[in-house]
Amino acid sequence: MSKLEEVKTIEASLDNLDVEFGANGEAGASEGDIRSEELAINFGPQHPSAHGVFRAIFHVDGEVITRIEPKIGYLHRCFEKIAENRTYTQFIPYTDRMDYVSSMLNNWAYVLTVEKLAGIEVPERAEYIRVIVGELQRIASHLVFLTTAGVETGATTPYMYYFDEREQILNLYERVCGARLTYNYMRIGGVSADLPEGWLEETKVFLKRLEKTMNETDRLLLGNYIFKKRMTGMVRFEAEDALKWGITGPSLRAAGVPYDVRKVDPYSVYPRFDFDVCVRHNCDNYDRAAIRSDEVRQSMRIIEQAIEQIPDGPVKAEGIPKAFKPEAGEAYGHVEASRGDLGFYIVSDGTTKPYRVKIQGPSFGNLQALPAMAEGSYFGDVILAFGTLDTVFGEVDR
Amino acid sequence: MLSSAQLQEFANNYGIPLWGMDVSVALALGLLVFALCGIGVIVLVYMERKVAADFQLRYGPLHVGWHGSLQLIADMLKLLTKEDIFPKNADPWTFRLAPLVVFLAAFVGLLVMPVGPGLVVQDMNVGLIYVLAIPSIAVAGLIMSGFGSYNKYAMLGSLRSAAQMVSYEIPRALSVIGVVMIAGSAKLSSIVGAQGIWFIILQPLGFMVFLVSTLAEVNRTPFDLPETEAELVAGYSMEYGGMRFAFFLFGEYIALIAASALTVVLFLGGWHGPGPGFLAPVWFLIKMFAIIYLAMWIRWTLPRFRIDQVMDLGWKVLLPLSLLNILITGIVMLIL
Repeated sequence: MSKLEEVKTIEASLDNLDVEFGANGEAGASEGDIRSEELAINFGPQHPSAHGVFRAIFHVDGEVITRIEPKIGYLHRCFEKIAENRTYTQFIPYTDRMDYVSSMLNNWAYVLTVEKLAGIEVPERAEYIRVIVGELQRIASHLVFLTTAGVETGATTPYMYYFDEREQILNLYERVCGARLTYNYMRIGGVSADLPEGWLEETKVFLKRLEKTMNETDRLLLGNYIFKKRMTGMVRFEAEDALKWGITGPSLRAAGVPYDVRKVDPYSVYPRFDFDVCVRHNCDNYDRAAIRSDEVRQSMRIIEQAIEQIPDGPVKAEGIPKAFKPEAGEAYGHVEASRGDLGFYIVSDGTTKPYRVKIQGPSFGNLQALPAMAEGSYFGDVILAFGTLDTVFGEVDR
Repeated sequence: MLSSAQLQEFANNYGIPLWGMDVSVALALGLLVFALCGIGVIVLVYMERKVAADFQLRYGPLHVGWHGSLQLIADMLKLLTKEDIFPKNADPWTFRLAPLVVFLAAFVGLLVMPVGPGLVVQDMNVGLIYVLAIPSIAVAGLIMSGFGSYNKYAMLGSLRSAAQMVSYEIPRALSVIGVVMIAGSAKLSSIVGAQGIWFIILQPLGFMVFLVSTLAEVNRTPFDLPETEAELVAGYSMEYGGMRFAFFLFGEYIALIAASALTVVLFLGGWHGPGPGFLAPVWFLIKMFAIIYLAMWIRWTLPRFRIDQVMDLGWKVLLPLSLLNILITGIVMLIL
């Protein structure tokens, strides 16, 4: 072998090296060539942070998520189809079982749409009662959120403090409608029963107690250095993406979009109350968590005003027959549920049963953004981000 | 305790070879420490449950025995009657041995702890080095459990704990060098003897670094990453049930006892305390349980870090601080 050939061979082998190590000839310059093997992890449906029955395949490269394939449908109960075979009133208890953490607001969204469809005027006292129990429900739901956010970061003690407060709300509900989780309290044209005697005073006492606990426990959880370090700046999801993926509710407001159905498309007696739409601008895990605490305080403001203003009178509209038949037609109604914009689209064919009920649950919309959010983040942060979307699988699958 | 002369006489009278005496005495002492460990675990589990309940507005165990004090016995009976589940595809020996390795690694650390003057199984000249080095074998046990289980979550959990324990070993070992410099010995009883003034006062920085890295070393919150249930479900102990799981639990609590005892020996004056001499072990236990209570307090108050934040803290904060501590100690000793 001549000298020239020898040099050429060496050069050729160096070229090959370039190919192996990427164009710049440095090791690791191109990620496509040198990488650790991707691991596919099955997450759920039985997993402590699956929030019900969520299943997903997590593709991880080390601790970094490269792709998520969500699989839903483990809790599908055909509610939309069932609705077509039940009378309008009979369907109310089914709505309880959609987002079972905030049943009252589901009730409300459904009866609101039916009332819109049939053009029913709801008595004023009933509207105020709806606002009070609805906002209590929002508080209860956000308290559950805060507990789970804590547990997912390993803080198990705030759990008990928040749950103790939620317990008080459930006690109040028990006195109003006899149930603690699935209330079936709202009726077409009002609510099933008037508030028991002394209930409003008890609620006032509870609000005082809640304020104290919130101030204290928020310092323990949201003000904690480790919690902030875990959550701040992690898994950012900008307003533009959030809108594109159809995120609603607190998760959207944490990205700086002041979209709240209570303000944008006011219903019931909300225009009479003075409250702010909570907005945060960092669009990270921390803001998505902390905004719920802000909203609890706004809900407390609304309840206080409603208790001041509540008039006497009937709690159910007169003259709604048992065989309730709305005119043929269609209506869409939505409320600001704890997790976002909860909409019902009901088509009536003039019989006692709806022709079609379409439910648009905020959890479903929020969950579909998860794969886009998660890409490139740490496994641990994605679990937290999934938690901050606050999905309830009864509502995702319905 | 018997002196060696008495033992020799005893052996001669009964015609037992000397090595046999040594072995049986060692065995007896080992069993004694083992039994004490068992009692310690029972007390600790009960304490942990009651402390947690107190923090969380609950009662904790209440029904089995006086105020639920026999709850752990009931739990142990339950675990003993469980079926011994062996996952398909798991590596038989690695899987079976791992809980024992973790348990024994935690246990052997206690053998050199001087609980009172002369109250120690084996007072080694290199006791400190032994007690820092030997319990680290637990890492091997954790990795064995991760590899042996044939489970991805267990694997991730064990790799995390290995990374974490190995990185915290270094600041932990360096933070006690200041103590050795002042005491002039690595013998644990001499270190206690040298503490006319507790070393927590002479070595505040060393104590802080030691305490934080000890928490990480025994996998307690805020460093209990191997067991982050939000991500890894149960981490390395995922596939274990029944008594094998109980051994992991024992190992964890005994490691906590050993780590707290070491903290007391190194920084809190060991058995020193007011009152007559026979109170020495009592003082030791009081101090040890104070440290254990502190660990529980931290566990039930704080959230946990993320894995890379734990690594950052170990390498970028604790390691430089422990080196700085050595430097300061050296300069001060040179001046004085």
